Amino acid sequence: MNWGSAAEFFAMGGYADYVWGAYGITVLVIVAELLSLARRKRTCLRRISRRVTLQESER
Amino acid sequence: MKPRHKRLALIVAGLAALGGAAAFVLNAFQSNLVFFYSPSQVVAHEAPQGKPFRIGGLVQAGSLQRESDGVTIRFAVTDTASTIPVAYTGILPDLFKEGKGVVAQGHLDADGVFRAKEVLAKHDENYMPPEAAEAVERAHKAMQESQKTLLETDTGTGG
Amino acid sequence: MALNIWRFASPQVIYPIAGRMIPGFMLAAAVLALAGLYIGFFVAPTDFQQGESYRIIFIHVPAAWMSMLIYVVMAFWCAIGMIMRTRLSFMMALALAPTGALMTFIALWTGALWGKPAWGTWWVWDARLTSELILLFLYIGFLSLHAAIDDVRRADRAAGLLALVGVINVPIIYFSVQWWNTLHQGASVSLTRAPSMASTMLAGMLIMVLSAWMYSIAASLMRLRIIILEREADADWVQEQIVPIAQGAKP
Repeated sequence: MNWGSAAEFFAMGGYADYVWGAYGITVLVIVAELLSLARRKRTCLRRISRRVTLQESER
Repeated sequence: MKPRHKRLALIVAGLAALGGAAAFVLNAFQSNLVFFYSPSQVVAHEAPQGKPFRIGGLVQAGSLQRESDGVTIRFAVTDTASTIPVAYTGILPDLFKEGKGVVAQGHLDADGVFRAKEVLAKHDENYMPPEAAEAVERAHKAMQESQKTLLETDTGTGG
Repeated sequence: MALNIWRFASPQVIYPIAGRMIPGFMLAAAVLALAGLYIGFFVAPTDFQQGESYRIIFIHVPAAWMSMLIYVVMAFWCAIGMIMRTRLSFMMALALAPTGALMTFIALWTGALWGKPAWGTWWVWDARLTSELILLFLYIGFLSLHAAIDDVRRADRAAGLLALVGVINVPIIYFSVQWWNTLHQGASVSLTRAPSMASTMLAGMLIMVLSAWMYSIAASLMRLRIIILEREADADWVQEQIVPIAQGAKP
């Protein structure tokens, strides 16, 4: 075990800003990618289903 | 403007900006292919004359000195074949150590001293716990000692 | 045999298969990330010269490796698409590009946050850093060129050509630290010699690399499904099979 306490863990030997900054941006980027994928899929499905409903009403 | 044209203009502008950025970066890439010169290259006058460049090598063991003003630092950069003295005023990176890699930017003065404006540490690709590093260091020292007694002459490390 | 391959080249067949594969890859990515981070933070020791700042390696290296690998795979699919004229190949390439760009961004960003404490600078224009930045521009160029051309087939071919020309940059990134003087250190892990890392550090890093693989596959498959839907919006199978499910889920 490397750390005597939680505070020591979060301090990262004085490099907290750099280490947590790096991990933070990574988490942020991954979450943003997954959210944008979910939104893109929702938009796409809504557009297709609108078109299908339109076609059915025209028939 | 029609939305279609507006979009096209936006995309053309975007691509132009990207092209400009790429040209700039490629230029930086080309001019920095030789990111630094070794002391031997500097001694052989292969480094650019009369303009700033970077020098890279190891900080010679035992060469680090702090001047009496407390902020100016003097050390020697070596590639074991040649050695160049360096003077620098400013903050050193955490990993700057004697015997470790360094890259300094500045210019070579007429007195043969390299006046650095920026000093960067160049660490190696080894990652290990401190205990392992100490063991390696001990083994290295022991080997040097035995070589020394075999040769019975100290050739030194300098130029 | 040939028949099978063509069957799998159809978007209609790939769509549900990809859908079934995504949860597995996502789960694998999460489990591997947890294991890798545990080893990286609690088992791997402090580094003798860099202290704790070296722990950025557990994301920096996986992201940098993925950024290069994804580009090669993307260019491969573009080549297949141009030779075999398969629609799905270009969709694969287009699905990979944004994830590749994000990996490149992560590699550059974490590299800057590591460079400051280790070297004393956020950024230098050395060959390694500059060629990795060019990789980011190639990804962005690929995506914006594709978006700029309305006709999908022409967009595929134009962007594909750019991807193929840009593949030359990948060996340049990889070998830059050997070919030229760089501030960036050489490779700690290579095929030709023993890795220069303590074994627990190496284990944590390699597990994180596997996690990055799994995540990239999952995210690209998710994007591939969306691209299939966008491009096949008029196809019967989308309107008959996909839309009723979507409408059922959200009436």
